[in-house]
Amino acid sequence: MTQNQNLFFQKFGITPNDLQRYLGEALSAGGDYADLYFEYLTSTSIRVDESIVKSASQGISAGCGVRVVAGERTGYAYTDDLAPEKILRAARTAALIARGPAKSPVQGFTENANHQLYPIASPSADADIAAKLELVMRADRSARAYDPRVVQVRAGYFDEVRQILVIGSDGTFATDVQPLARFNVSCVAKSAENSAQGAAGGGGRVGIDFFNAEKTPEYFAKDAARQAIIQLDAREAPAGEMEVVLGPGWPGILLHEAIGHGLEADFNRKGTSAFTGMVGKRVASDKCTVVDNGTLPSRRGSINVDDEGSPTQNTVLIEKGILKGYLSDKLSARLMGVPDTGNGRRESYAHIPMPRMTNTYMLAGDDSPEDIIRSVKRGVYAVNFGGGQVDITNGKFVFSASEAYMIENGQVTAPLKNCTLIGNGPDALTKVSMVGSDLQLDEGVGTCGKDGQSVPVGVGIPTLKLDSMTVGGTAR
Amino acid sequence: MATHTQTVVGSDADLRDLASIVVSRAMKSGATAAEAVVREGSEFSAVVRMGEVETLKDSGSRGIGLRAFLGQRAASTYSSDFSEDGLQRLIGGALELARVTSEDAFSGIPEPDQLGSLGDLDLYHEDVYSLPPDERIDYARRAERAALEADPRIKNSDNASFDASTSYKVLANSHGFVGEFRRSSCSVYAAPIAQDENGNMQRDYWFSLSRTMAKLESAESVGREAARRTLRRLGARKIASTKVPIVLDPMVAGSILDNIFDAVNGDAIYRQSSFLMGKLGQKVAAGNITVVDDGTIPGGFGSEPFDGEGVPTRRTVVIENGVFKSYLLNTYTAKKLGLKSTGNASRGLAGTPGIGSGNFYLQKGERTPQQIIGDIKQGLYVFQFLGFGVNTVTGDFSRGVSGLWIENGELTYPVEEVTVAGNLKDMLNNISEIGNDLEFRGSTAAPTLRIDGMMVAGE
Repeated sequence: MTQNQNLFFQKFGITPNDLQRYLGEALSAGGDYADLYFEYLTSTSIRVDESIVKSASQGISAGCGVRVVAGERTGYAYTDDLAPEKILRAARTAALIARGPAKSPVQGFTENANHQLYPIASPSADADIAAKLELVMRADRSARAYDPRVVQVRAGYFDEVRQILVIGSDGTFATDVQPLARFNVSCVAKSAENSAQGAAGGGGRVGIDFFNAEKTPEYFAKDAARQAIIQLDAREAPAGEMEVVLGPGWPGILLHEAIGHGLEADFNRKGTSAFTGMVGKRVASDKCTVVDNGTLPSRRGSINVDDEGSPTQNTVLIEKGILKGYLSDKLSARLMGVPDTGNGRRESYAHIPMPRMTNTYMLAGDDSPEDIIRSVKRGVYAVNFGGGQVDITNGKFVFSASEAYMIENGQVTAPLKNCTLIGNGPDALTKVSMVGSDLQLDEGVGTCGKDGQSVPVGVGIPTLKLDSMTVGGTAR
Repeated sequence: MATHTQTVVGSDADLRDLASIVVSRAMKSGATAAEAVVREGSEFSAVVRMGEVETLKDSGSRGIGLRAFLGQRAASTYSSDFSEDGLQRLIGGALELARVTSEDAFSGIPEPDQLGSLGDLDLYHEDVYSLPPDERIDYARRAERAALEADPRIKNSDNASFDASTSYKVLANSHGFVGEFRRSSCSVYAAPIAQDENGNMQRDYWFSLSRTMAKLESAESVGREAARRTLRRLGARKIASTKVPIVLDPMVAGSILDNIFDAVNGDAIYRQSSFLMGKLGQKVAAGNITVVDDGTIPGGFGSEPFDGEGVPTRRTVVIENGVFKSYLLNTYTAKKLGLKSTGNASRGLAGTPGIGSGNFYLQKGERTPQQIIGDIKQGLYVFQFLGFGVNTVTGDFSRGVSGLWIENGELTYPVEEVTVAGNLKDMLNNISEIGNDLEFRGSTAAPTLRIDGMMVAGE
């Protein structure tokens, strides 16, 4: 990608010789590996609230992070000034982690062919601000028109372009230009007795055309308004263990929390995950095959290369119920003797990379969604979720349903108030008894937090039935 | 590690001038009002695991944010590029964006008579960087060692860390306000892992946070407390669904305060997105409940001499003896609601000011946690919330919990994989006991609380 080289090589005057010098400085006190991560990020956000454009914001941040790895030790320093003396100083600071004779980086760099997962004719970031503004106003109008009980609408549009250059002392040289766009709508509805809210959104590594053609402002606005109106009549959710059916798409957050985090290699290398030592063991019913796939075109969780310059992959985590492997970065791969799955990610140049998910989803099964619901005598059908969280060490995880219904005698009945579902990661998926044929990925709004670092991710499932899960409602 | 990231005093004047220069250049370029914020920060972090250094991080960064107005239209830009080129783009970009936003009758910076700074609030101590690098690593190592040595069942460690940071902030606006302050913090943290005879693992953590090394708790005390909190989770089990009184330990009680903050801030109120909307002046909580926001406490973790718009911070009683007395407001939400700012504007580099708390706390009561627990025949003592199942619009509350079962006034076996649920409107009215153990470990704090009538969902 010469466009990207141009940015760091031309705008900031960095040369290949400079890069060799920086790596040499980083390894001046020894160490096994050093890398530099250059980042140039531009972003735009626009918000409509009470039908007017209350805020518009644009920003630029640039910087370089230097990492030196010696055994299990990592030294890290960064600078937001790309002047050679500042980068050299960061390299010297990071080098203090190692205490040995200087090492030399591999001479010359090898640039591998990248995936081309987001070939966008016209990136959102280049689109006219007025065009973005019109999108947000359309969402506002559409949500208000949906129902007179919709009393408040907020709509927001956000895009960014992250340009990166990663170089490593092993000869790694990788560049990427990563566009990302997101649209959000939230509504408050009011009736004589109740208030309720609904939210919807989506996007991906897409151009602005995506929001005009595929997923329009009206699509998101109507969904947010619909949820708010439904919630006005929601009744108390039940409390206790029962059958749970998850709808397709975003409820795949189940996988992210129940197993995904627990399979990140760093936790397993340290023996702190409830999944430690479980490769080859059964962790799900034989209907479950789960992958983490960073190579899906245009998805929010996809990247051509990870933030260590390694190509992303499609990694099988669980095959027919058996745990196959972990998600790793360079450090974990080396220390554990497992392949680097291209999951080394970081929030920004100011952060140390670690194993993270990309798009985590379960492959489709054979059951029809209708049959799945018909099979439930009394249970919960959850189709939309807020956030989730997991305690890696004891495996307990939660995720909170924002749109859910009772299933009574095979029929979907009353909408339920917000409730949290709780389970135990290593055995939650063993209770999956039916897997739908309707795999969907989420709309593209997921952001995952770990150790204070946020990265965009995707999730997905087909309609699933779990024979037993604890529903955290208030009704007996 | 080098301590190069400490601010060189000589450069502060430059940054202060920079904020004012950007404001005046924005005005010369056609802005009718402008506000600039410049931040510079440094951070040091040492993470150890099983006695060995895992990561060392030592760096600094800075950035500038600008909010520019064209009449009642506003927009904002931010950048980490302090070059002439970067500043031109910052100013030009904000004005260009402001042309496409909407007229908003309520937008604007504070009136001149509202601006001001409280001066020194004892927020900055150079000593957070005073330890030599090896001793900083050792601080973390000692905390971890104390945890590992506390009990043979502590067999592993997630990690332990020592962190220090300083920041410098300047705010300038076109009314001529220029304010600045520095803050420092240092902390020590340990997260040990215990294992029972069946191989089941539990992790918990403890920490100490301070603005000065002089008040940072000892590494050993933090490590021992982390071990105690971890060990008490071993052997946890699920329980049957039941309705019993719950007792929240101060850390999780503090998260209820976060929920209250979300409901009393002006943004949620004017957007009709709060379960406390329309309740000002009414009883919204039990008569023993008083909730205060105070941004002026010397040395406080939530203290600032002025807020994100240059309005002096203050003490605001939000709930007094159960009665909802005041919203928390910035300039915009105050105008929307026909009130005065309470000095609660929060401002990062990007975007328009939001609303943030100062030191936000629930006033302590008379009784010890032991007395509160001692009254309860059967109940659940909660020390962890999992997940985000709180709906500020409706007040619906449903979160995963871990804790200890209370039987005949005693803490007994640990409990996990259950939820507690209710509605915040009821929960605030059903706080029947307040502990005397209020302690600030962050900007939000609450003592031990007993809440009646919540549903525990389990088997």
